[in-house]
Parts: sequence; C-alpha cells; structure tokens
Amino acid sequence: MSDITIRDVRKSYAGTEVVHGVNLDIRHGEFIVMLGPSGCGKSTLLRMIAGLEEITSGEVQIGDRVVNRLEPRERNCAMVFQNYALYPHMTVANNIGYALKVAGMKKAERLEKVAAVAQTVGLGEFLDRKPGQLSGGQRQRVAMARAIIREPGVFLFDEPLSNLDAKLRVQMRHEIRRIHNRIGATSVFVTHDQVEGMTLADRLVIMNRGTIEQVGTPQEVYDRPASTYVAGFIGSPAMNFLPATLAEGPVLWLATGERVDLRGVMEMPRGLAPRAMLQLGLRPERLRIGPVGSGAMDVRFEFAEELGSGRLYHLRHEDVPVTVVSETKQTLREGEPVGLTLLPGAVHLFYGETGRRIETTLRSSVNERVSA
Amino acid sequence: MRRAYFKNNWIAALVVAPQLMIIFVFFYWPTSQALYWAFTLEQPWGGGNEWVGFENFRTILNDGRYWDSVWVSCVYAFFTTALAMGMSLILALFADRQLRGYRFFRVGMIWPYAIAAPAVGLAFRFIFNPSAGVASYLNLAFPGVWDPILNGDHAMAMIVFAGAWKQVAYNFIFFLAALQSIPRSLLEAGAIDGARVLRRMLDIQLPLLAPTFFFVLVINITDSFTDSFGIVDTMTGGGPARATNLMVYKIYEDGFRGLDYSGAAAQSIILMVLVVALTVFQFRFIERKVHYS
Ligand SMILES: Nc1ncnc2c1ncn2[C@@H]1O[C@H](COP(=O)(O)OP(=O)(O)OP(=O)(O)O)[C@@H](O)[C@H]1O
Ligand SMILES: [Mg+2]
Repeated sequence: MSDITIRDVRKSYAGTEVVHGVNLDIRHGEFIVMLGPSGCGKSTLLRMIAGLEEITSGEVQIGDRVVNRLEPRERNCAMVFQNYALYPHMTVANNIGYALKVAGMKKAERLEKVAAVAQTVGLGEFLDRKPGQLSGGQRQRVAMARAIIREPGVFLFDEPLSNLDAKLRVQMRHEIRRIHNRIGATSVFVTHDQVEGMTLADRLVIMNRGTIEQVGTPQEVYDRPASTYVAGFIGSPAMNFLPATLAEGPVLWLATGERVDLRGVMEMPRGLAPRAMLQLGLRPERLRIGPVGSGAMDVRFEFAEELGSGRLYHLRHEDVPVTVVSETKQTLREGEPVGLTLLPGAVHLFYGETGRRIETTLRSSVNERVSA
Repeated sequence: MRRAYFKNNWIAALVVAPQLMIIFVFFYWPTSQALYWAFTLEQPWGGGNEWVGFENFRTILNDGRYWDSVWVSCVYAFFTTALAMGMSLILALFADRQLRGYRFFRVGMIWPYAIAAPAVGLAFRFIFNPSAGVASYLNLAFPGVWDPILNGDHAMAMIVFAGAWKQVAYNFIFFLAALQSIPRSLLEAGAIDGARVLRRMLDIQLPLLAPTFFFVLVINITDSFTDSFGIVDTMTGGGPARATNLMVYKIYEDGFRGLDYSGAAAQSIILMVLVVALTVFQFRFIERKVHYS
C-alpha cells in the first residue's frame, strides 16, 4: 500500500507539451479513476507513474520516495495494459509467474503461488496454454493475475476493459473492484468510459487536454461539476447547455430572448456583472415535461426514444436541442409546445467565457413550489 | 488466381516470357548441362561423351581431397554464419533500443550487402595483408603473429571475416525489422515485471525473434556454401595448401583449371543437393516449431 503524490508534472514530446502541470494526491488504498477523452494525456500520466515514460518536469512520489529517477522495477507498481501485453511465447503459468521468476523465487514455491492466483481469477485449467489459445476475457484475466501475483503497492490499469464486450466488461469491473478491496493496494485506473469511472472510483480525476479539470468523488463530480466540460462529460445523456446573459439576480435572458426566472430555484452569488455571459446547464434527468407555460421555459417536442424503464425526449428551444429523461411516458405530437419544469439539482450555471462553474445556493424548499 | 484479368493468353505469355527465359538460361540450362556432365565422361581423344552412371560421383566421394574441401566448407559456413548472425543480432538489438536516426542507420547498414563479393575480398585482402595492410601494425608490434599467406588458420579466419562482414548487413535488416515488430508493450510489461534490459532481451526479444532467426540461419548457411567464390578467389585462391579450398572454389578449380568437367559437374550436383536438402530440412522441421499465436 502506497500513497502517490504528483507535483506539477509535465510531459513534452519533442517540444510539444501534452501534460501541462498536473497536481494530485492519491491516498493509501484509494481507487482513483482518471477519466477523459482520447488523447487527453491519461495514459501518459499513468505511464509516468509506472516509469515507462520519462517525466519532463515535476515530481512523482510513491510512498515516501521520489521515483522520477527510478526504474519501473524499483517502483513496486503492477500494470495491466489495454492490449494485455501477454508474452505470446510463454504459457499462462509462465506469464503469471514471470515477475516472480525474475525476482529469483524458487520454482516449486512459484508454481504454487501461480496456481493459487490462477484459481482466484478462474484460470486454473488454462495454465498450460499459450495466450494465443485463450479468449479475450481469459487473456484479460491472465493480465490481472500477472499483476496480482506480485502483491504490488500500486495497481495501474490502462483501459484494461475496453476490448471486452459489454457484459464481460461489467463483470470484470466488479472483479477488479473486489480484488482492489481484498488486496488493499492503491489503484489508478484509466478509462474514457464515464460509467466505468463512476462505478469504480473512490475519487474521479477528470482530465482534459493535459490538465486536470476536477477531482472528486463520483457524487461530487456529478452534483457540482467544476466546468461545462466536466458537466458535459459526466452523466448520461449529457447535460443540456443554453447560452444566456444575466439580467438581474437569478433571472436570465436566454440567447433566444426568452426570460428564465430562477428566483425560486437558486440564489446567485454577489459580484456577478450584469449582462455577464453565462451557460445554463440543465441535467436531462432532473427535467420534467408539463403543459405550456407551467415551467421555467417553453420548448417544442421533436421525438422520443423508448428506454424501457422510461423515455428519452428530444426537445428544442428555438435551435438549441434539449433532452429530457423521464419515467413518465407522455404521448406528444411533433412540434407540440410544452413547458419544462426544473427538479432540484437540474440547474447548473457556468461562466460563458471560461466555462467554470458559478457556485449558487440552492433553495430546495421554494423549489418545490416551482416544480409543482 | 484471377484468370479473368488476361482475356488473351498470349499477353500473359508475353508478360512471363522474359522471366521464364532468364530462369531457363541461367538455371535450367546450366543445371541440365551439369547433370549431363556429371553422368558422362568425355572420351580422351574426343568423340563425344560416354555414359558412366555414378562413376564420377564414386571417384569424388573416394577422393580425400574432396572431403578436405567439404570439411573446410563446413568450418567456413559455421564460423561465418555464427559471426555474421551474432554481430548483426547485437547491432540490431542496440539499434532497436530507440537509437535516434536508425532509419539512416538502416540504409547505411545495407550497403555492404550491395558490394560484390570480389570487391569485399579485395578490400579485406588489403586490410589483412600482413606486410602492407592495417594488420601489418599488428605484425610490427608482435612479429609473425598474423600471416594468412602461409598460415591456413589465419587464411580461414580472414575469409570468415570478409564473408561475415558482407552478410552482417543483410541479417541486420531482418533482425531489426523483426525486433521492431515486437510490440513495445511486451518489453514494457517485462520492465514492470522487474526484468532488466539484458533479461528482457533473453526472455522476450530473442524467443520472439526465433522465426526470423531460423530464416536468417538458412540463408546464411546456404550463402556461405554457394556465394563464397568471389571472396576466396580474390583473397586466398584456395590456399595456402588448400586450407581455404571451399567446395565452390574446388568446383571452379577442377572444372576450369583442371579441365575435369565431369568431376566438377558431379561436385556441383552434390553441392546443389546439399543446399536444397538443407533448406527443405530447416523450413520443414525447424521453422514449424517456432511459430506463436
Ligand atoms: N510517443 C509519443 N510521441 C509524441 N506524442 C505522443 C506520444 N505519446 C503520446 N503522445 C501524444 O500525447 C497526447 C496524450 O496521449 P495519451 O496516450 O496519454 O492519451 P490518452 O488520454 O491515453 O488517450 P486514449 O484514451 O486514446 O488512450 C496525445 O495528443 C498524443 O498524440
Ligand atoms: Mg491511452
């Protein structure tokens, strides 16, 4: 078990900086998920922790040692690669036991351990096979076993589930979490799948273009996204955004000219300039459809998608699309005008220019009246 | 095959004709001539050839000198191949370790292979010349330590060097390509698993190189049996005292110096059978065992 401290870490490839000064404290035994779109530098950061990539500047500390200059083998990290990186010429047993062999463990002892670990990941009967003779899921397990057997201080995962089908992915997700809980190592898990991130993480690290946008528990990140970027990334379907300007107090003018009165919903912080450009963010699952004029604003119905448990409504406010998820199934005509009601937690405000969150005070008691 | 591409068969024939002709003129015709000579004997005073069956082969195989030449060839093949493969493997392993500008290196390394064997021979004859070449400095320091003109072992070492040098480039290209095709992540996994550079080479890179290794091995051995003429001819002329009289060189000597066409033809048939057998053996029995996934 080790904690990891990342201090102003930067990475450049041939003069182009791709990780721009990352700071992060990871606690003992924590499960951290780094979440971000393709190319945002997640793998690069992970590989710098592992020692596979040189750290251009800054400092990575594992436990109480600065590891910048240490070889991967001196960092006590195990890693599961996206393509598993199994040794194709070695049997499953040798793949799993390779680290022990390198460490000089006696053969009998090694084989015993390999068999034990293989049992725990359900590979007992495949020990004599080569990786080429295994299914994708089985290979994934070999990669897991290879990491587990070393009883490392840190587990690093680089999108280990992205090559599996949906069902297996969920299953392996649970297994990874179970293994983490049992072993108690610190885990850093990289993915671009927000569901994977939300379900696995103790804390999420949302990355964007080589910087960290937000760090927090999945609930915090969902409830109080630090930027339009995070808000749009976390939650499914994605948050709706409507450009607006501040009128006065919690009253906005939408770009379309409509006035939205949030007086009952929230209080604005002081010091916001009048006419400030804002983004009004609306969580689809916190919106409800009612009769025209009943809600905070009026929209037009376009079409609906059946989800089984509920419906995904596609609406339009002038030319801005707005989605609503609801369990209530309403039959609406195309083009029919309807009103949008805001449930608690529906509204998030962001600065128009920077996209940063505007902290607002919720008024839940008054909100009841508005949403009724 | 997609036959539809050639509506007119004569176009197809026209397209393949040059290639067929080259193969015929430079392979089938000489081979058939060699076969003809190998099984016949020219009458002493002219008057055509007499069919003698395996008589020529019997003579050769009972000739101690022929077996000496076989032995010398095997020694040459073994050391040339070992040296060339060892050197090229080491070079490739280093070049593969993210050496900057390896593209340039790759081109630079292929040049020796493009140099004709006699030219290589001449260059090395100068380098290893005991009294005038680079090696003469060695003799200056330790008189008599290097004399390929009189010492058979030295002469052998000299042609081994030259032959291996010429072969290194070719092997290097194959080894480097094979190394580059090994996924980086395998070596990274090895590094994470605690293996140092050398350990990773031994446990991961070399085993994964095996198919290439055996391919290169076949090519090298075959080449050192068949393609060594130019080097021997320019560097030692088979001497001293037949110490470097390789099989190919002996064929030439017997045939064109000794004018024993039948004996030479029989030898070349034996050499051909040997090379074919070697190739078939390696590809059928060894390469099959080293495929993964
Ligand atoms: N060896 C390299 N040389 C140059 N640029 C690189 C190299 N490796 C990565 N990059 C660049 O660094 C950036 C971050 O790459 P990285 O692999 O960390 O992204 P990622 O977040 O893991 O994306 P993905 O989800 O697609 O794996 C990318 O813009 C990429 O082009
Ligand atoms: Mg990646």
